[in-house]
Amino acid sequence: MTDEPLLRVSALSKFYGSRVGCENVTFDLWPGEVLAVVGESGSGKTTLLNCLSTRLLPSSGTASYRMRDGQFRELYRMSEAERRFLMRTDWGFVHQNPADGLRMTVSAGANVGERLMAVGDRHYGKIRATAVDWLSRVEIDEDRIDDEPRAFSGGMRQRLQIARNLVTGPRLVFMDEPTGGLDVSVQARLLDLLRGLVTDLGLAAIVVTHDLAVARLLSQRMMVMKDGRVVESGLTDRVLDDPRAPYTQLLVSSILQV
Amino acid sequence: MTDIATYNFAYLDEQTKRMIRRAILKGIAIPGYQVPFASREMPMPYGWGTGGVQVTASIISPDDVLKVIDQGADDTTNAVSIRAFFKKVANVAVTTDTASASIIQTRHRIPEHPLSAGQVLVYQVPIPEPLRFLEPRETETRKMHALEEYGLMHVKLYEDIAKHGRIATTYAYPVKVEGRYVMDPSPTPKFDNPKMHRSPALQLFGAGREKRIYAVPPFTDVVSLDFEDHPFEVQTFDQPCALCAAENVYLDEVILDDHGGHMFVCSDTDHCEKRRNAPTSPLWGGRAEGAGGGLDQSTFHSTPTPALRADPPHKGEGKEAE
Repeated sequence: MTDEPLLRVSALSKFYGSRVGCENVTFDLWPGEVLAVVGESGSGKTTLLNCLSTRLLPSSGTASYRMRDGQFRELYRMSEAERRFLMRTDWGFVHQNPADGLRMTVSAGANVGERLMAVGDRHYGKIRATAVDWLSRVEIDEDRIDDEPRAFSGGMRQRLQIARNLVTGPRLVFMDEPTGGLDVSVQARLLDLLRGLVTDLGLAAIVVTHDLAVARLLSQRMMVMKDGRVVESGLTDRVLDDPRAPYTQLLVSSILQV
Repeated sequence: MTDIATYNFAYLDEQTKRMIRRAILKGIAIPGYQVPFASREMPMPYGWGTGGVQVTASIISPDDVLKVIDQGADDTTNAVSIRAFFKKVANVAVTTDTASASIIQTRHRIPEHPLSAGQVLVYQVPIPEPLRFLEPRETETRKMHALEEYGLMHVKLYEDIAKHGRIATTYAYPVKVEGRYVMDPSPTPKFDNPKMHRSPALQLFGAGREKRIYAVPPFTDVVSLDFEDHPFEVQTFDQPCALCAAENVYLDEVILDDHGGHMFVCSDTDHCEKRRNAPTSPLWGGRAEGAGGGLDQSTFHSTPTPALRADPPHKGEGKEAE
């Protein structure tokens, strides 16, 4: 950890007309840190994530990101070209539905290689070797490299999406319900994989989830959202073991015990 | 000029021609950029060259000499009709001779005879957007052009190599113009791509249905996209033209009977005829006596089909959805 945060978010709000998407969200994210954003459906988690990843423009507030040269840049003042470049090099975005983040009609290898080609890699052999390497890191057999993601199971698609995002060595990854829609055993393996990758690569990540177990496993710190506002934030273990806000207490006590 | 009394010169009204000329000028100023224009209804169906005809109509003048080719041939329906059209509505001289034409409207080929400064090559374009089959949204493709995000184009070439072991795209092979815009050279065989590079002729592209005009000014860099370890290469043919014995030209396969008999002949009919009518040409080698209209029967034997499909796509034949 360095002494400067990677991302500084200050008083971020997003309104849809008179409706609140998220309101007055302030936090810092440090390099290598995983922050979980939890809350029920409609609490503004995804709106916040979309604003941070510049897929949506907020109504007010600022977010600045420390670029690789150490300079902070105000995200919403960057040109679209710069933002898109950031999106495909230094950032990753893992969608809940892998079909949103993958090109379903091109092969797995090309899906992983696309970002490399987008930043100017023009050597087929090297691109393919990198794709093979990344597929093995996300536990996809090498002989599936020329298959289209349409032929993959949900868990494999999600792992492929992760490989596709991580291939350029991003420093910050946004994840929107990365384990949503997967059965529990597949979820467990995916979480294991994600935890390993995040630690190995020193990634910072913002993970939006409604699953407190996912938050507990992946994140060091968490924010609990309700009706667009952050009601509680702190170290994950502290928030889950000793919830202070009434809503967090309700959330934690709502977990089904098997 | 009684023939053209019922129409304005070259069919289109002057306002329309000005509008199209403005689009052409903008296209020339930004090589490879697709300029939207208000495409008009033409007295022919979309897909038959409405874009090319509008471009030609806007630049043609009474002293121009027009040549029209369709898949390299001067004598196919499309070429004959468009030639007749301009003879009727503009009363211009027409020719099949590449060297003496000032405007050449083409569908799917660039003539074998090298073009010279002052000539204009007008392409009929069905789908101007090279990224279309990879990204269906026009809003997104325009953004990708604006931001020079062309990684996706290489994804297509990557897929080719992954599936076929080589770049299997044989026509509409994407090119980068003057180091900036990626452009679809229209469904010409990639054999013709090198001819576009630093060509002394002005190249104009018109897509009527898609309402786009783009241009490559003379002496502009046109580079075919490729990978370092899979460089761009053109089709090769393992035999010369069966009629004129030309080598290093683009050949069409002609089916002779329904027993598998076929032969490969020049797709550029003007080039082929000139060679056959000039029996003393050194290119002819020692076989001059068989020339001049004679089809040497010995060339009619069945020839093995080359591994590569040689003919350019036919009208209505879609690109493979990838």
